[in-house]
Amino acid sequence: MYQEIFSKYAPTKDNLIYILHDIQDSDPQNYISEEAVQAVSEYLKIPSNHIYGVLTFYSMYSTKPRGKYVIRLCESPHCYIKGSENILRKMKNTLNVGIGETSKDGLFTLELCACLGVCGNAPVMMINDEVYGDLTEDKVNEIFAQLREVK
Amino acid sequence: MKYFRAHVLVGVNETSKQAGVSDFISALKAMLKAASLEDEINILETGPLGFFGKGICMTVYPDNVNYENVAITDINELVNEHFLKGRPVARLLLDSGSGFSPKYNYENRIVLRNSGIIDPENIDEYLGTGGYEAWEKALKMKPLEIVDEVKKSGLRGRGGAGFPTGLKMSFTAPIECEQKYVVVNADEGEPGTFKDRLIMEGDPHQLLEGIMICAKAVGATKAFIYVRGEYKLSIQRLNKAIEQCKNYGLLGKNIFESGFDLDIEIKVGAGAYVCGEETALIESLEGNRGNPRWKPPFPGVKGLWGCPTVVNNVETLTNLPYIIKHGAEGFQKFGTADCSGTKVYTILGDVAYPGLCEADMGTTLRTIINDYAGGMKKGFKFKAALVGGAAGVFIGERLLDIKMDLNSLSQYSAVLGSGAILVMNENTSIVDMLWSIIRFFRHESCGKCAPCRNGSEMLYDLINKIKKSQGTIEDLDNLLLIAETMQQTSFCALGQSPIMPIRSALDNFRDEFLAIIKK
Repeated sequence: MYQEIFSKYAPTKDNLIYILHDIQDSDPQNYISEEAVQAVSEYLKIPSNHIYGVLTFYSMYSTKPRGKYVIRLCESPHCYIKGSENILRKMKNTLNVGIGETSKDGLFTLELCACLGVCGNAPVMMINDEVYGDLTEDKVNEIFAQLREVK
Repeated sequence: MKYFRAHVLVGVNETSKQAGVSDFISALKAMLKAASLEDEINILETGPLGFFGKGICMTVYPDNVNYENVAITDINELVNEHFLKGRPVARLLLDSGSGFSPKYNYENRIVLRNSGIIDPENIDEYLGTGGYEAWEKALKMKPLEIVDEVKKSGLRGRGGAGFPTGLKMSFTAPIECEQKYVVVNADEGEPGTFKDRLIMEGDPHQLLEGIMICAKAVGATKAFIYVRGEYKLSIQRLNKAIEQCKNYGLLGKNIFESGFDLDIEIKVGAGAYVCGEETALIESLEGNRGNPRWKPPFPGVKGLWGCPTVVNNVETLTNLPYIIKHGAEGFQKFGTADCSGTKVYTILGDVAYPGLCEADMGTTLRTIINDYAGGMKKGFKFKAALVGGAAGVFIGERLLDIKMDLNSLSQYSAVLGSGAILVMNENTSIVDMLWSIIRFFRHESCGKCAPCRNGSEMLYDLINKIKKSQGTIEDLDNLLLIAETMQQTSFCALGQSPIMPIRSALDNFRDEFLAIIKK
């Protein structure tokens, strides 16, 4: 099932990061499974130990299944002084989750991340590939409602 | 060719994308067509305009009028009033509130000279501004001539460390081997910094031209741009720009029959602050964890896959076309005698106009805040600026007239760093800010060396205690002691950095810490 992704990349170690990106993006649960690691290990002929080392090093990868929407809220100093803590509290309450957890309906996973480089609009978060800035508690509600409708 | 009466530049970037800029542009075009103005008013999608108004921003030339926060519902009024009758819509003007007009200072720009003026997705517009003339010139120069010119210009790295760029090139240029690389560090992760993103979004071709010149100087036939994964628009625009260069024969084999080959490829990161360290970045490119390597050997001698590799920051490389085109002397007209050129800053926080600016090296912090960012936001008083991001320093009122260049700042043990300036008002708690910074370091420590791994954890425990008003005077001393130990013993710059914010916070705002500790 990963052949289509593999066919885009030569079996060299430097492609590991991109292969992992593609696998994660194509997984409906936004993560990299044990089977995927095994398959990559065989394709690139590198030990799965090395792959796990890489997977757990970079913040964009997950080895646990995640929701359809992965929320990454910036916790760096600039967003922090603009009130990211309040946004975090709001999201925890609304979704009834802790950091790194997925909401019961399987839609949202709440994560924290370092500076996203969109500081002009702090506080900022990314949901999958989209950036959302100038967050307020009301805006968070709106965004969640919109995403729930799309399903 | 059509001649337009007016050009409307709409900034398309991450900020305006959120505000629905693409729908806005289609609606505006439709309205202009309906008013039969489509042959008179040209709509141009460009990069960041240099100011951060809210939402969608646009500039109208030749009127030189800036609008902010425009929406689809405003289009009717804009077209009827401004485009048809020539009366700018006052309520949407950027400076409608304060009467302040931000200083764009285009004549003093090198890196951002095209940003917000040309369409970044159209190579012809870049060519029209004299683009790729430096590349043509460089192709006829000997590699060492280019290196000498860059050396003479006095250009120093703009990524944080400030290493002389020409000197860096001169380590790699004379090495004779089969393969050398140029790696562009676009893994911008310093909190509060996004200048590289705006350069890539606003003028990707100037960066590519810089890469080409650097590659020619050191004899590299392959270049990688390592962009962080979050910068989707930058990646998209760079890819497009590379494609256009290939079509025009500016990249590829035997470029302009010079016998020189060059290929540029984009590599996408996966989220790790430490990958901004050059050897960690190389590890990441090779498909490993981004742990830094022991130096020496330096990457210039033994880098990517063991080959000589020059690693440079985006802003640094973007200066090269100007240097080659106008010569070292032309470049030295900018900045101070011992620190030439300009610096791009991102100014954020409690200023009237947060945004992006380019100023001569040696411009004072006060000038940058007052002239470029419109001073403090109404009703706020200046307390401190955090200069250089998390690995930066707190600068209080006392040091506002400090000259912003690498040498002047180092006299105050301060750094220019990445050019991030975060301005804080009098109600901001420095203790709380420092807590947030230390939390950042604790999270981003890569774990390779003990001083940084354990030290950042210990710092976090201490600052947590202090924040909760349970700290003692010894805890303040210990913060410094641990950070100093980290500075002396850590493997790479990440662990060596926390001392900067910690020492400057304690030096400049000690009273605030004393007020919160246990008596």
